[in-house]
Amino acid sequence: MTQLALVIDLNVCVGCHACVTSCKQWNTSGQAGPMFDDNPYGKDPTGTFFNRVQTYEIGSYPNTETLHFPKSCLHCEDAPCVPVCPTGASHKRAEDGIVLVDYDKCIGCKYCSWACPYGAREFDEQQKVMKKCTLCVDRIYDQSLDERDRKPACVLACPTSARLYGDVHDPDSEVSVAIRERGGYQLMPEWGTKPANHYLPRRKTQINIHDDELTRVDNPLKKEDIRHETSKDVSLDDWLM
Amino acid sequence: MHPTFSVIFLTTLIGVGQGLFLALFTQQSYSAANLLPSQGSDFYVTGSLLALAFLVGGLIAAVGHLGKPSYMFTRAWRGITQWRTSWLSRELILMPLVMGLVFLYGAFHYFGWEIRFLDYNLANQLTLLLGTITTAAVFGLFIATAMIYASIKFLQEWACALTVVNYTLLGGASGFTLAAAYAAYAAPELVGFYVGWAIILTIAALISRGGSLIRNARIKHKSTVQTAIGVRHPQIQQKSMGMMGGSYNTREYFHGATAAFLKSVKWIFLVLVFPVPVLLLWLGMDGGKGLLVAAFVIQYIGLVFERWFFFAQANHPQNLYYQTV
Ligand code: SF4
Ligand code: SF4
Repeated sequence: MTQLALVIDLNVCVGCHACVTSCKQWNTSGQAGPMFDDNPYGKDPTGTFFNRVQTYEIGSYPNTETLHFPKSCLHCEDAPCVPVCPTGASHKRAEDGIVLVDYDKCIGCKYCSWACPYGAREFDEQQKVMKKCTLCVDRIYDQSLDERDRKPACVLACPTSARLYGDVHDPDSEVSVAIRERGGYQLMPEWGTKPANHYLPRRKTQINIHDDELTRVDNPLKKEDIRHETSKDVSLDDWLM
Repeated sequence: MHPTFSVIFLTTLIGVGQGLFLALFTQQSYSAANLLPSQGSDFYVTGSLLALAFLVGGLIAAVGHLGKPSYMFTRAWRGITQWRTSWLSRELILMPLVMGLVFLYGAFHYFGWEIRFLDYNLANQLTLLLGTITTAAVFGLFIATAMIYASIKFLQEWACALTVVNYTLLGGASGFTLAAAYAAYAAPELVGFYVGWAIILTIAALISRGGSLIRNARIKHKSTVQTAIGVRHPQIQQKSMGMMGGSYNTREYFHGATAAFLKSVKWIFLVLVFPVPVLLLWLGMDGGKGLLVAAFVIQYIGLVFERWFFFAQANHPQNLYYQTV
């Protein structure tokens, strides 16, 4: 079974919000209708987004580290937001594991958003239906696009390639290898939602070098320099000569 | 969570309607067993209409919770399709079912229809049977309504059997209190019976609601900001939520009230739902109409506070992602 997902490399995300804006641009222009923006240029602007980049500070000054944290629907394998929907509008596709909302069936009861522990769903105040990341389902299968463009808008926009996209059920896909080899993890594993999206942790690139690895005590090139004191004791040679 | 008045009124109003129906039918079954004086059909007809009025009031409040009221006619019918998995869908099926059954119950009493299923001399067999079915549906509706909340396991304040018990007992208590007030006008000889049950149910509800308050006061949340972003460090501070003007996430999941306000709402509902109505019911035992009506009105207002608090107290794990502007 295919399970399409994103793997987000927190080690290289610089928090530029390019994925946020490209996501909004693509998805507000699609056939599903615009994503609501209220007061976009005024005081207290608010609107519907599928993807947000948040920032956290880890540790206490001066030993701090900044973490930029993109968050969108994780397309959970055991998605709690799907069974609660009374209309069947919220569903998980069998063929590729994408969790979607059918905007024509949704009654806007918001129950699914209560059932998502990640706050990944946002209600559209204009269309009065629930919205969430579609993994650009209208783009990744679009045969009229170049093969290399058939990826979610956020993945294409990321300048540091922090967003990888692929099938996490295929053990040899780029995303599976990244998860396996670079410590990919899931958010809030305690609820058993089994998010399909994974995150790659921050890493420090360093090697440990000890002094004796730089200056070997037994370096043969230095043999001549090792001078021993001559002994004052009587040696065998003194007897013989 | 942010308490919405549509849901507060929906759950409290249908609770009263369901409780009132239970009160009517309890009386009918008692009198069938000759434990209480039997009543003319008027008592049940007006009573069912009153119960129906509260149920319809709840339904109207529910429409306010839809994205658009027009969804009621264009899309809400789909809400009955997912009954296999969704408690909300089950509630959407049971609500009209209960309303229809209560209506039929009143109608059968009105027309005095009768079918004798059982041989021996028992009057009103048809309405007794219908009442039994309706009672089952009423309990089903209590369970479905409460399970909508209790089934979300990470809303830990709600995910507990006490939620179901509370909804049932609080609905029952308010229904029986209303029945006591109704009896003061329609059948004064029943006032004592209803007052007794209303007091018992109110005290039972106090015990179970108090139990859930104690449980929630010492709850330990499973999710932390560490599990939310997957970083194992004791000190993590959010610096930005990714937006500054607020979003659905900052509006829907936060009650926005101060801790002091929350605490005062708790004490308001604890006083208005339990001791005051019990006292008024006690004083109205011998048929004081004003006292019994006041008991119901005060208890209902208290329940609105109770429901507000129920929503406000629940702490959604998504809030971990929205802690600072
Ligand atoms: S992240 Fe939330 S909305 Fe997305 S599949 Fe999981 S539970 Fe559903
Ligand atoms: S808001 Fe829409 S998608 Fe979500 S549970 Fe309600 S009907 Fe389903």
